[in-house]
Amino acid sequence: MDFGPYLFLASLEGAVTAAVLALTAVGLSLVFGVMRVVNVAHGEFFMLGAVVAWWVASYAGGHPAIGFALALLIAPIVTGAVAAVADFLVLKRLDYDPERTIVATIGLLYIIQQTVLMTYGPEARPVEAPFNVRIYFPWFGYSTYKFFVIGAAVAILLGVWLLMTRTRFGLVMRATQLDRETALAFAIPVDRVYALVFGLGAALAALAAVLIVPIQQAHYLMGGDPLLLSFIVVIIGGLGSLAGTIVAAVLVGMSDGIISVFFSPTLAKIIATLLVALVLVFRPQGLFGKRAL
Amino acid sequence: MSETAKSLAFHGAVVALLVALHFALPAYHHGNLARIMVLAVYAMGFNVLFGYSGLLSLGHAMFFAAGMYGLGLPMQHLGLAAAPALLCGVLAALALGAAVGFLALRTTGVAFMIVTLMFSQAVFLTILYFGEYTRGDEGFVIAQASRAIAGVDLSDSANRYFAALAIFAVGLAVTLRLIHTPFGRVLIAIRENEERTRMLGYDVFAHKLGAVVASAALSGLSGAAYALLFGYAGATFASVQYSIFPLLWVLLGGAGTIIGPFIGTVFMFYLIDISSGLTSAYMLIAGAVLVALTLFARQGLVGELRRRVMPWLP
Amino acid sequence: MVAVTPLLTTRRLSKSFGGLRAVHLVDFTLPEGQIRALIGPNGAGKTTFVGLLCGRLSADDGEIRFLGEDVTRLPAHQRIRRGMAYTFQITSIFARLTLLENVALALRRRLHGKSAQVRAEAMRALEQVGLAGRAAQIAGDLSYGHQRLLEIAMGLAQAPRLLILDEPTQGLADSEIDDFKALIGAVAGQTTILLIEHNMDVVMQTAQFITVMDGGQVLAEGTPEAVKANAAVQAAYLGTA
Repeated sequence: MDFGPYLFLASLEGAVTAAVLALTAVGLSLVFGVMRVVNVAHGEFFMLGAVVAWWVASYAGGHPAIGFALALLIAPIVTGAVAAVADFLVLKRLDYDPERTIVATIGLLYIIQQTVLMTYGPEARPVEAPFNVRIYFPWFGYSTYKFFVIGAAVAILLGVWLLMTRTRFGLVMRATQLDRETALAFAIPVDRVYALVFGLGAALAALAAVLIVPIQQAHYLMGGDPLLLSFIVVIIGGLGSLAGTIVAAVLVGMSDGIISVFFSPTLAKIIATLLVALVLVFRPQGLFGKRAL
Repeated sequence: MSETAKSLAFHGAVVALLVALHFALPAYHHGNLARIMVLAVYAMGFNVLFGYSGLLSLGHAMFFAAGMYGLGLPMQHLGLAAAPALLCGVLAALALGAAVGFLALRTTGVAFMIVTLMFSQAVFLTILYFGEYTRGDEGFVIAQASRAIAGVDLSDSANRYFAALAIFAVGLAVTLRLIHTPFGRVLIAIRENEERTRMLGYDVFAHKLGAVVASAALSGLSGAAYALLFGYAGATFASVQYSIFPLLWVLLGGAGTIIGPFIGTVFMFYLIDISSGLTSAYMLIAGAVLVALTLFARQGLVGELRRRVMPWLP
Repeated sequence: MVAVTPLLTTRRLSKSFGGLRAVHLVDFTLPEGQIRALIGPNGAGKTTFVGLLCGRLSADDGEIRFLGEDVTRLPAHQRIRRGMAYTFQITSIFARLTLLENVALALRRRLHGKSAQVRAEAMRALEQVGLAGRAAQIAGDLSYGHQRLLEIAMGLAQAPRLLILDEPTQGLADSEIDDFKALIGAVAGQTTILLIEHNMDVVMQTAQFITVMDGGQVLAEGTPEAVKANAAVQAAYLGTA
């Protein structure tokens, strides 16, 4: 294969990575933006989404599309509920103190990950794609499902944007984000908003995972990479800025796809982690954002 | 008895007890305690930064690993003797501490936590990347013959126990001394009220950098001693999990207490030892303890002891 | 006549916060040994101004000279080392440490940690503000008034060339205010004092010279009597022209 088609394939793969990453990172960014909570357990919510998807799909039977559609519905709800309960039982009681919350979410990370290990086991298991038509370019064939992933991610992100800008709940969220005390004074039930936002953030990660399991198998340790990449995206994009997060997700996703074609993935990760650290040190408001951590 | 005398007597008694345990413990626990004493020095190093200076690092595994590989690599590839290699390990951690501290201390709070986490992750990945020399996850064994200082074979269990105890006593003495020096008092002042400390004319950045370097050096000493006494270096010790462990130990034992890191290490070591006999998901215990500690016991075991019974404990 | 270098001068000192001119083109001179009061309505820029002097804030423009040296770009701790001391408007002490340790922290930098001497001088500073009997108490357990006094003791313990007090009598009872006035009287002559104060009684009884700020600028300067009689000052305070 020539260089051109090779780059084209890498770009396609990059676009899929970017789509899934954007969903996951927007979840993390939303939670940080509204609640000022850095959720280290975010990757585990992603993993939980994938594992629930496998469970739903394997119990549903019939055509793979049925199981997939059910998973798309049930996985985010279950994951969101787990997150909301964790918020209610743990984070709320810490009064969202930034440092203690991080420590507690590290604890949550291990609790979720290890509970899945005990119940689901250490195996990696695939979920069958809802459809598997391939389209043929002159140089290679490509699964249409991957195009579906990109389309679905764009649709969901559009939905999040509409939720934030066009609904009462979005207004309430933005008000809480601006000033918690004033929101309380205006009788906004901040506790419930926080639980919902934390649940919503986790649900977005779970949705991303459901979209990816037909391509990548469900495994109890799969949360590490999405967590790291989401951090990179959210920090480069500017914490709490949704638009910046999406731009950065496309940038990081595309370059991740392209860079790992040409470099060793370990070297790419070393560069990425150092980049995040240096951005935080020298440009804490992110490359696109306005607000510092 | 003055508070200083009480404190010296107390910590002296702890060391004496550990000497006595050498003769009393069965082999399995004897070996465990040697490990715990070395790891407790790592916890003490972490505590210098977290407990006494109020800086929470999520990347201390890089300093532990710097000590471990700073000792292990030159022994393995250059044939360096154990004693200079130990020094080399401590110096490697110290230098890494200075570099990371210089950059990371430009941030505070949550950003500091993430920056240290990222640097540590980069160190971990670098160890994997140079797998040809480090043998990555698999790690490498340090030859038994080379593990001797001044003719004392450190792979022998009794020698190893006393070497671990010596390192532990050094850690204890260094931290105990540190918090009574003017430098240490300023670190505590920074923890309590950074802006006030700056407005008393103290160079807050320089003091924090000193704290990071001291903390890194102690952590590196622990990592180097661990590799030397137990004859193994592996990338696992640089992973996120090994950055979380000292946090757990210190939170459990009591941040900002001298003996707390050791007590926390003992408890957590046995908690994980027992639970890993029952399930492969032993980190579940670590997670649950972490959440429970942040929710219910911010002072830790020794912190509670100090609050209720022994207010003179440093 | 011999030109005496003033302790502190500023030239065209300016600081804005997002378009709001908090301090604008302030020229200010403070001779050694004086007790100077800085007054003005809320939002006049007093706290911002002293924040610029001691380095808690960095100036957008202008120059600060202390003891003849340009300190405009020096970090706060360097200026403190050159002989400034600052007490916070909102009490800022080490709440979980003892009174003795609070004052000792203020002293150690100067005495290089000679512990017997630190202890003796710390006790003396606590005696000066009447808190010697409580030296072993935890500072956070003190009443608000006593915390203010501790803060002043920490300022005095530094033996500064310039002591900046930001609203030291705020929240004090009348008897405590009397004690404060006596204290200022006692240290007058040992050090130069710059005092932000709202209580006019305190200002008139302690200050030798007064600077009035309004809208980020110096509105008037003079002796207490002259300032009292100044129409512009009355307008700024009372809203009458």
